[in-house]
Amino acid sequence: MIQDLLVYVVYIGYAVSVLLVFGTVLTWVERKQAAIMSDRIGANRAYVRLPFTQIKLVWLGLFHGVADGLKMMLKEDWRPVTYDQLAYALAPWVVFTPVLLVFAVIPFGGILDPAALFRGIPAVAAWFGDRTYPLQIARLDAGLLIVFAFGGLTIIGAMLAGWSSSNKFSMLGALRAGSQMISYELIMGLTVLGLIVIYGTVDLDAMARQQSGVAFGVLPAWGVFYQPFAAILFMTAAIAENKRIPFDLPEAESELIAGYYTEYSAMKMGLFMFAEFIEIAIIGALFTTLFLGAYNLPFMTDAGFVFPGGGTVALPHALVVLIQLVVFLLKVLLVCSFQILVRWTLPRFRYDQLLKFAWKFMFPLALANLTVTVVAVWALRAQ
Amino acid sequence: MSLWERLYLFEILRGLGITGGVFLRNMWLWMTFRKGALTTYYPEETRFDYAERNRGKHVLTQRPDGKPQCIACNLCATVCPAKCIEIEAAFDPDDPAHPKSPSRFEIDYSRCIFCGLCVEACPEDAIRMVKEVPNLPAYDRRTMWLSLPELLTWNPQRDVAKPYPGAPRKEPTRGAE
Repeated sequence: MIQDLLVYVVYIGYAVSVLLVFGTVLTWVERKQAAIMSDRIGANRAYVRLPFTQIKLVWLGLFHGVADGLKMMLKEDWRPVTYDQLAYALAPWVVFTPVLLVFAVIPFGGILDPAALFRGIPAVAAWFGDRTYPLQIARLDAGLLIVFAFGGLTIIGAMLAGWSSSNKFSMLGALRAGSQMISYELIMGLTVLGLIVIYGTVDLDAMARQQSGVAFGVLPAWGVFYQPFAAILFMTAAIAENKRIPFDLPEAESELIAGYYTEYSAMKMGLFMFAEFIEIAIIGALFTTLFLGAYNLPFMTDAGFVFPGGGTVALPHALVVLIQLVVFLLKVLLVCSFQILVRWTLPRFRYDQLLKFAWKFMFPLALANLTVTVVAVWALRAQ
Repeated sequence: MSLWERLYLFEILRGLGITGGVFLRNMWLWMTFRKGALTTYYPEETRFDYAERNRGKHVLTQRPDGKPQCIACNLCATVCPAKCIEIEAAFDPDDPAHPKSPSRFEIDYSRCIFCGLCVEACPEDAIRMVKEVPNLPAYDRRTMWLSLPELLTWNPQRDVAKPYPGAPRKEPTRGAE
């Protein structure tokens, strides 16, 4: 029992620190990537001076994220005169908390076997016995449904923020956020339905496991090869969910100042921004888990590699766990980088185009994709 | 828009290819220890494309003995539209050729507009402008006053416009005309 507690405390610590680090580092990645894409250098002036020396650590501008955080904390927490102070104060947390919670059901590695890991220390190995733990905070059968349930909660936060700010811009932003997020939530759900039909489960870890096989003889059995179309639609809908360019109409700064968080300052506004950056990482994690073979390298299982030619490579348990943790983070970082690439490439939609795009373009495509998938799966199963 | 363009996807992929290509190219430059940006670090680096006649920071030209060529006539301070030049004259009886020289010559760079009128006004070619603007940015505007030691950093030996040592000028005889 104590063992379980210990392992899960470590897991939760790992997950929270990974998310917070991603949230901070992604601000840096976004700045730097945008700069490099446009022949610039990017923010590189913030430094930490070692005490009592003249040594200034710049580290490619990594400290700009820290400087941002400090600025947010030290700024005046200005409050508008609103009729609903409670909702106003609550809104950032309603946006921020579900974003963190979503990560609880995402597997960031395979099965952890502490006894095998601590073989060198018999006392520890014996203490853990034959207990094994999946590298996932909450092993829930309804994993994907939980993701959508919590993901949908952030809409409430955005609406609360806009509603309780007593500001026309905030109100408009909240209205836009509401209709946009509900529209794209639907498309996200529809695209994922195809995957559910193929994998026959909504358990994210079971989905991850099924992706370590071989598809069509040569390819790794990744979701993106079974459902390439759904992958594109999912990515688009996810970016719209996260309200990033080209779908950033709820906070379109040239039209609505800052949209639904116009009236927020200091760390409350920081929470909105932080939630947005963490959600980039969450979308990355979700996309990796659903479409990019989750935490495994191609053809890799918890035991080692099983190549399509028939060759197998067995790996020690510690190495497998390490590879899975690192590979998961790398894949997430790559998907995040792709989202940033999209954000700095495309211009913003007009609002009517946005909704038309969702309902008249992506919705039929998602439905068609689902239909084709269902028919194909039915035909293959019927054989 | 044609159907191809209205499908969004392919045009978007093309756009992503362009921006991603620029990113990869610049990233490759950075990773091979070259500079993958057009930016010039300021003030650490000097832009290579300053125009030859760019009006930058002022220098005071010097006589061979290192004294400023300036005769403290105050013409530059008079013509200066920003009124940012302050000159205090000194008298040197030991040098009968140049008895008047500045004991204090200061330019307030927080107000200077780099118009170059001081250079035009100077009868002695004592003040000139170099094309760069080195070390001007400061955290405090009171540190932006440059005085004689900072302005006398230009080496006169390399000047071609006015040969050194200059030939002694003949005093025009009055009433000759």
